[in-house]
Amino acid sequence: MSLWLTLAVNSFALGGLLFLLSAGFSLIFGLMRIPNLMHGSFFMLGAYFGVTLLSQGVNFWLAALGSGLLTALLGGLIERFLLRRLEGQVLPQVLLTLGFAFIIGDVCLMIWTGDPWQPPTPAHLQGAVQVAGLFFPIYRLVILAVAVVIAVALWILVDWTRLGAMIRAGVDDPPIARVVGIRVSQLFTLVFSLGAALAAFAGVMGAPYLSVYPGLDFEMLPLALIVVILGGTGSLLGALVGSFIIGFLYNFGQAMFPDLAYVILFLPMLLVLVLRPQGLFGKVVA
Amino acid sequence: MATSALELHDVDAYYGDSHVLQGVSFRLGEGRLLGLLGRNGAGKTTCLNVTVGLLPPRRGGVLVFGEEVARLPPEQIALRGVALVPQGRRVFRSLTVRENLAVAARKPTHGTASAWTFDTVYAMFPRLEERKSQMAAHLSGGEQQMLAIGRALMSNPRVLLMDEPSEGLAPQIVADVMTTVRKLKESGLSIVLVEQNPRLVFEIADDIVILNTGRVAVAATTDQVEHGGLDLTQHLGVF
Repeated sequence: MSLWLTLAVNSFALGGLLFLLSAGFSLIFGLMRIPNLMHGSFFMLGAYFGVTLLSQGVNFWLAALGSGLLTALLGGLIERFLLRRLEGQVLPQVLLTLGFAFIIGDVCLMIWTGDPWQPPTPAHLQGAVQVAGLFFPIYRLVILAVAVVIAVALWILVDWTRLGAMIRAGVDDPPIARVVGIRVSQLFTLVFSLGAALAAFAGVMGAPYLSVYPGLDFEMLPLALIVVILGGTGSLLGALVGSFIIGFLYNFGQAMFPDLAYVILFLPMLLVLVLRPQGLFGKVVA
Repeated sequence: MATSALELHDVDAYYGDSHVLQGVSFRLGEGRLLGLLGRNGAGKTTCLNVTVGLLPPRRGGVLVFGEEVARLPPEQIALRGVALVPQGRRVFRSLTVRENLAVAARKPTHGTASAWTFDTVYAMFPRLEERKSQMAAHLSGGEQQMLAIGRALMSNPRVLLMDEPSEGLAPQIVADVMTTVRKLKESGLSIVLVEQNPRLVFEIADDIVILNTGRVAVAATTDQVEHGGLDLTQHLGVF
C-alpha cells in the first residue's frame, strides 16, 4: 500500500523536475524552432555549478539561483554568437548543439571528475510530514510546489504580459514584428537564456535527489524530448501534463516492469507521434 | 524649402541579382499624402521595404525628417516614427486584437498633435473593440485591415506607409478604408499610399509618383497628373 504512495510521490517530484527541464526546452523548440540538444547539458552543468556553490557554504536557494544565472549567461552567449548565425537551418543547429553537449560533458568530467556528487538535502527541507498516518518526504513535495509556482509564472509571462505577446509576435512574423519596433533578436536571446536557467535550476533542485554524475546530461535529454513530443511543442500546459505522465511512467514502470522501463517510456511517445503528431496539447500549424 | 517627412535619394536596391530599384528619388512633404503607383513589379512595395529597413539599399539614402536611416535595422527605424501597414495586412495571427495593438504601442516622441491610444484607435474602429479578445486570425479581411492600420497608429508614427490597403476587400470596405485614410491625412499625418488602382489615389493624394520597372517615371502633384495631358497608360495598367 505505502509502496504505491511512495511511488506516486516520487512520480510527482520527478514530474516537477521534468517540467522545469522541459518548459525551457519547449519554449526554445516551440517558439524559436531550435532543437536544443544541449538542454540536458544545461541541467547537468547547472547541477555541478549548484553543488560547487553548496560546497562553499552558499544557501541552497541562492545556489540554485546563482547556477541558473551562470547557465543563462552561457546559454545566452551561445545563442547570440553561434546559434544566431544558423537561423532557420535545423541540421546545423542540431550538430552545433550536439557538439556543445559533448564539449560540456567532457569539460564537466575534467573539472568535477567522474565521481558522483550528492549534496545533502537542505537542512530546513529534511524530514517528512505525516498526513493520515502516512509519511511524505518534504523535499519532494517542495520540488513539486516549486514546479507549480514556476509553471504559473511562465504561463502568466507568455500568455498575459505584453512581453509575452511581443515574443509570440516575433514568432508569428519576425520581419513585421521588427518593423513594428519589437526587438525580436534580443527577445529570442532572452527566451533561450530563460530556458537554460530553468534547466540549470532544475539540475540544482534535483541534485540532492538524483545526485550529479557524468552522463546525467544524456539521461535527461531524452526525457525532455519525450515530454515535449508527448505534450506538444510550445505548449506550457503540454509540458506540464507530459512531465507528470512521464514522471509516473518512469517510476511505476521501473518498479513494476524493470526490464521494460524504456519501452514503457518510449511507447507512448511513439503512439502520440503516429496518432497525434502535434502532441496532446500542441496546435496544428496552419 | 519645406520639411520633407520622408525622402528617398537615388536609391538602388537588389533582390539577389535582380536590380529592382534603379536610382529612385522622391520626397514626401510633411502633412501630405503621396500616392505611389505603378504596375505589378514596378518596385512600389520595394520602396516601402527599403524605407522600413527590411531591404537595405545598396546605394542611396533614406531620410526621415532629415535624418539618415538607410542602414539602420527595422526596429531602430520604427523608433524614428515610421510605421507600415503591410501588403496582405500581416496581423499577428496568434495574438488577440488587443495584443496586436499592445505590442506596437509607443508614446509619441515628437509631439504629434493627437496621441494614439487604445481608446482613440477603438474610437476610430469600433469593430476592433468588439473583437478585442479574439485571435486576429479569426477576423474578416476588412477587420484585419483595420487592425493593421490600428497597429501602425499605436506606435504614434510621423510617417505612415500603407501598402495596398484596398487589396482583396469588398468595395464597401474599400470605401471605409479610404475614408479612414482621409481622416488620417486630415489629422496631419504624412502618408505614402501604395495602390494598384489609380482612381482611389487621385481622389485623396496631394502628390503622385509613378514607378516603371524600378525607376521614377512621373513625379508631380495630383492636379498636374490628372489634367496635365500626360499619357499614363504606358506606366500603368489599363484603367
